[in-house]
Amino acid sequence: MTISQVPASYRVSSRRDETHDTVTLTLEPAGDPIAAVRAGQFTMLYAFGIGEIPISVSGRPGQHALAQTIRAVGAVTTALCAMPAGQIVGVRGPFGTCWDEADAAGRDLLLVAGGIGLAPLRSALLAALSDRQRYRRVIALIGARSPAELVFGGEIDDWRASGAEVMVTVDRADASWHGNVGVVTQLIRRAGVDPPNTTALICGPEVMMRLTARSLVATGMSAGNIRLSLERNMQCGVAECGHCQLGPLLLCRDGPVVSYQVAEPLLATREL
Amino acid sequence: MRGVSTRELGQHAFARGLTAGQLEALAALAVSVELPAGCRLFEEGGRAARLWLLRSGRIALDLRVPGRERIIVETLGPGDELGLSWLTPVAQWQFGAIAQLPVSAFEFSSTALVELCEADHELGYQLTRRLVVTAIARLQAARIRILDLYAAPAPAAGGAL
Repeated sequence: MTISQVPASYRVSSRRDETHDTVTLTLEPAGDPIAAVRAGQFTMLYAFGIGEIPISVSGRPGQHALAQTIRAVGAVTTALCAMPAGQIVGVRGPFGTCWDEADAAGRDLLLVAGGIGLAPLRSALLAALSDRQRYRRVIALIGARSPAELVFGGEIDDWRASGAEVMVTVDRADASWHGNVGVVTQLIRRAGVDPPNTTALICGPEVMMRLTARSLVATGMSAGNIRLSLERNMQCGVAECGHCQLGPLLLCRDGPVVSYQVAEPLLATREL
Repeated sequence: MRGVSTRELGQHAFARGLTAGQLEALAALAVSVELPAGCRLFEEGGRAARLWLLRSGRIALDLRVPGRERIIVETLGPGDELGLSWLTPVAQWQFGAIAQLPVSAFEFSSTALVELCEADHELGYQLTRRLVVTAIARLQAARIRILDLYAAPAPAAGGAL
């Protein structure tokens, strides 16, 4: 299928502040919609007159509306985060590989998220919970900088009620926080992972993903059962411009979701 | 508070790989304790003289800061060890510890542990090795947290994004 390079028009139908700098926009097509989006894929969001950026989908796949969670870190993301309902944005995509969470049918599905990395994983989690009986355990291990910077914190009870085991840890907290404090890898042992029967999906800062994948391999998990969502400078989205190259991969096409078996040597290579 | 069987102790991650004789010697020193939520085990500055192997629940290691609420430095859970400071010459707790959730644990006197290790160097080596692994893991975790990985990227790194 050919993906149009002309942005489709989408209207911001609602917005939800996740944290002080992160917003989830719900986007409804204002004309012809883009093709169905799968969990793990991304779109190029265009703030007209300012610029275009890659953003992973964070909503349940197969929905008419797109949910995209954006952290304000630069000009384009700040403009998108400030958009009120009714505003029009451009959307290209969907691009890239997906989590293929359904591939873990009959196994434990382990999601390990760090910071805003929970956004792309939320999509896989919602998909898995909508078909909960397909999996054995569905486990989400979530790391955040602080309780105030935990995205989707208001949904965690719903995820638990839908059959997910959710553990949250933060890097720093005061005595009002009654959850875990520490790095997310420390939750792996506490979660009681069953290495041969687990498929793991990891998303977060690259250092966090490397350390998490290494910790999972140390438990006996096969690298082939671990998938990471990698990020580079995605621009064209169709593997033409080369900005997102990581060794032999063009991540807008061959990623963002990549098996750790493939990613491990690339992540260990300097200057890639 | 009650005694601990070798079977119970052998189920804890810390005891994995110990021989039956070593387990027996260690179990003879252990007592099983149940701590309610809110129970403070120790305060910063106190004499460090206990090791706990946590079986369930959650412990918060915390620090008092003048003018602020206590800061939680780290939490520990099932399978973790609590109380390493007695290994240092000053044997003084560097943080406080409070049960956030009801805790079940095996408790050891550090004096008894040291005496056992002095009498049985092979067991001493095994215990020291485990505690060093724990200390390294906590050091590495602390270093990772210093990186502040989840902070917003600096504008220069974020570019136009």
